Amino acid sequence: MKLPFALPKLKFNRNMRRRLTDRAMSLAALMCVVIALVPLGSILFEALVRGAGALRPTVFTLDTRDGGIGNAIQGTLILISLTSLVSLPVGILTGIYLSEFGKGRLGGGIRFFVDVMTQIPSIVVGIFAYSLILALAVLGVVSPRLAFSTTSGIIALSTIMIPVVARTAEEALRLVPNSTRESALALGIPEHRTILRVVLPTGGSGLITGALLALARVAGETAPLLLTAFGSGFGFQGLNQPIESLPHTIYTFALDSSTGLNQTAWGASLILVLIMLLISIASRVASRPRFASR
Amino acid sequence: MQLSRIPRALGRALLAWIRGRSYFEVLTAIVSIAVVALLGVIAVVLFIVAEPSIRTFGIGFLGGTVWDPVAGIFGAAPFIYGTLVTSAIALLLGVPISLGIAIFLSELAPPWLRIPLTYVVELLAAVPSVVYGLWGLRVLSNVMRNSVEPAIQSVLGFLPLFQGNPIGTDMFTAGVILAIMIIPTISAVSREALLAVPENQREAALSLGATHWETTRVAVLRYARAGIFGAIVLGLGRAVGETMAVTMTIGNRNAISGSLFSQGQTIASLIASSWAEAATSPVYLGALIEMGLVLMLISLVINIAARLMVGRFIRRGEGAA
Amino acid sequence: MIGAKMRTERLSAWYGTKAAIKEISINFEEHMVTSIIGPSGCGKSTLIRCMNRLHEVVPKARAEGKVLLDGEDVYELDAVSVRRRVGMVFQKANPFPTMSVYDNVAAGLRLNGMRDRKKLDEAVYRSLKQAALWDEVKDSLDAPGVSLSGGQQQRLCIARALAVQPEVLLMDEPCSALDPIATAKIEDLVFDLKKEYTVVIVTHNMQQAARVADYTAFLYLGKLIEYNVTRELFERPAEELTEKYITGRFG
Repeated sequence: MKLPFALPKLKFNRNMRRRLTDRAMSLAALMCVVIALVPLGSILFEALVRGAGALRPTVFTLDTRDGGIGNAIQGTLILISLTSLVSLPVGILTGIYLSEFGKGRLGGGIRFFVDVMTQIPSIVVGIFAYSLILALAVLGVVSPRLAFSTTSGIIALSTIMIPVVARTAEEALRLVPNSTRESALALGIPEHRTILRVVLPTGGSGLITGALLALARVAGETAPLLLTAFGSGFGFQGLNQPIESLPHTIYTFALDSSTGLNQTAWGASLILVLIMLLISIASRVASRPRFASR
Repeated sequence: MQLSRIPRALGRALLAWIRGRSYFEVLTAIVSIAVVALLGVIAVVLFIVAEPSIRTFGIGFLGGTVWDPVAGIFGAAPFIYGTLVTSAIALLLGVPISLGIAIFLSELAPPWLRIPLTYVVELLAAVPSVVYGLWGLRVLSNVMRNSVEPAIQSVLGFLPLFQGNPIGTDMFTAGVILAIMIIPTISAVSREALLAVPENQREAALSLGATHWETTRVAVLRYARAGIFGAIVLGLGRAVGETMAVTMTIGNRNAISGSLFSQGQTIASLIASSWAEAATSPVYLGALIEMGLVLMLISLVINIAARLMVGRFIRRGEGAA
Repeated sequence: MIGAKMRTERLSAWYGTKAAIKEISINFEEHMVTSIIGPSGCGKSTLIRCMNRLHEVVPKARAEGKVLLDGEDVYELDAVSVRRRVGMVFQKANPFPTMSVYDNVAAGLRLNGMRDRKKLDEAVYRSLKQAALWDEVKDSLDAPGVSLSGGQQQRLCIARALAVQPEVLLMDEPCSALDPIATAKIEDLVFDLKKEYTVVIVTHNMQQAARVADYTAFLYLGKLIEYNVTRELFERPAEELTEKYITGRFG
């Protein structure tokens, strides 16, 4: 007995075409991965081949006016340590607010705007830092020459680093289970001490990872420094003077017509990329046990 | 009158808010609000220093096609054009590759390969922009000039889009580098969107007799399309703001040109390359700052749009420019 | 007809190292409804998922033994065509949320290359009629599939599965998420469907099995305990375990 509304039997062929398409798309997806890895491989390869030779001991002792990168490394170290000095406490305190107290509308609003800040193009941040100092100079508070200085660079880099630290800190603290907080509070430990002495250390490795990533981001920034720290052929000369940095050196040496400086640019890139890779890998390793793999 | 009541009402609301909370919470709240206030300060400062320029050039600034600092004529059009063109190339090339990667990592890769391969793709984001620029200038542009661009010209050279003598550093190369740089962003967010598709969707398609690719196409990609679209917009936001890699590969020519193989300039690369020489001329500097404001607004709109689409998938700490 | 439409021969399946079903051999008679009952975790779902080769999609899943469709081992056929011939309806209705009612039903047909709008209209109409859903959705075919009620969504999924003209329809606890009225509608449907298709229905509801099924198989801890004409199994169970389950002394 047939069911009413039964259809005449349909022919289902074209299986070969569908199977081929399936295979082809799988292959295409794999090719996409390969294509993306080619530039990565090329950069690492070229940096090694072209740059390793430039990393003679003299390149570290000489300053950029003599074709070395000693002052650039010094400059980057000074910039990122002073920037961290400012950004880490501010960013972590913000992260604490967002994770511990930020459930309501105020927290939501702050989180939204902090996220917006992480996405501001870094060159615009450079303009901001420079303009801030110009504006202060017009008011007579500082000298206009401060616009191109270490201080100016630190303002720019901090504006980039603080929001990043805030969000990574929030996420690291969010991972601390609520039961930890509750058991500390149940023992009678006051709130601020619970947060500082219990939650913060528990979230410790996540915080460190986040701080490292923020640091790596800032250490590689060039554009804002072009507009603020400006660059110098000499070593550190004061917070109110321009200062060189490693990414900036790479930029100037890369554009130079001298192949010797080009090679040094590659050498400096090798150093920078290796540091970035190390930090990236270290942060993966540090955060791995905590997450379930998907 | 009414006006004096507002500060008092605000003050009372503020006190009420503080009263219910611990010192620590108030402290961290103040710091957080200060951080966000910094955003406001940025906007205000930029507007203040750009205002003379805005007043001088008016709205025609955006459409002006001539940028001549010596003559004092400033028009933003060449750089908006350059930004659009390089971003378009970046998306055209970068989106399909990113989607392919996302699909491979979420659907096709064997489980033991998934995590290591994901890390490796994300390493693309660990390379600083200036190093991309160096590589683009000294490696990629040569490949472009010697092989890729002539090859394209031999096939499509009749189109005005691909005419002119290729020298390697041009808008096309800058677009290609941008494509590479936004791949980690788009593929990571897309991958998370794909992984969020419930298994029952795949099962529904499979049980109808769909092949693996058909299942991905019909059940997974369609379901995740909002997240994928948001990922693309996020990538666009990054492309628009990229500075160093573009500056070093685009040729730095402040004019509009119809061919992809000609030199150009984006807003970001303009600011980077001209800032030092503009610092001594207030009018010039004002024009650059106004360009910065334009860039900030473009970027803000794009990123807020992206956030609305993929709020939960946003990642922090990404890439240096 | 001679021989069962579908048959398993000593079918075993594992998730990793954990055995879900062990050496199960059952017949599924053509144009009959066979129900599979048993307590939670007894392997009912795993069994039918092996029948349309959906089991192997899970990582680290493995199966041994045979599943014969018209005498051919499905594990030697192309998985894609097996799945079209052996359709499935899931415990929780899973219509494609980005598609309309019409597109949901047409999805399987379009995948198989049907483009002609008239033919699609015809097929969608007939499938929705067979699933007893047409009258309720005929004026809102463009509405999103997920805008329907739970029971309607499940019937939509049935229509979707029927559209590709399977020979066997597997139903994995199709009513467990539905209210009694929606359940009754689907049970009536099953009764009609067996005229055209061979139906296998997994259920934890013994009354449902008694109402709807011609044959019943009772599984416990991955093994087939008893298989018989439904009436016989419920009124005169041969195994003690079966009797215990039926009378509610466990599970």
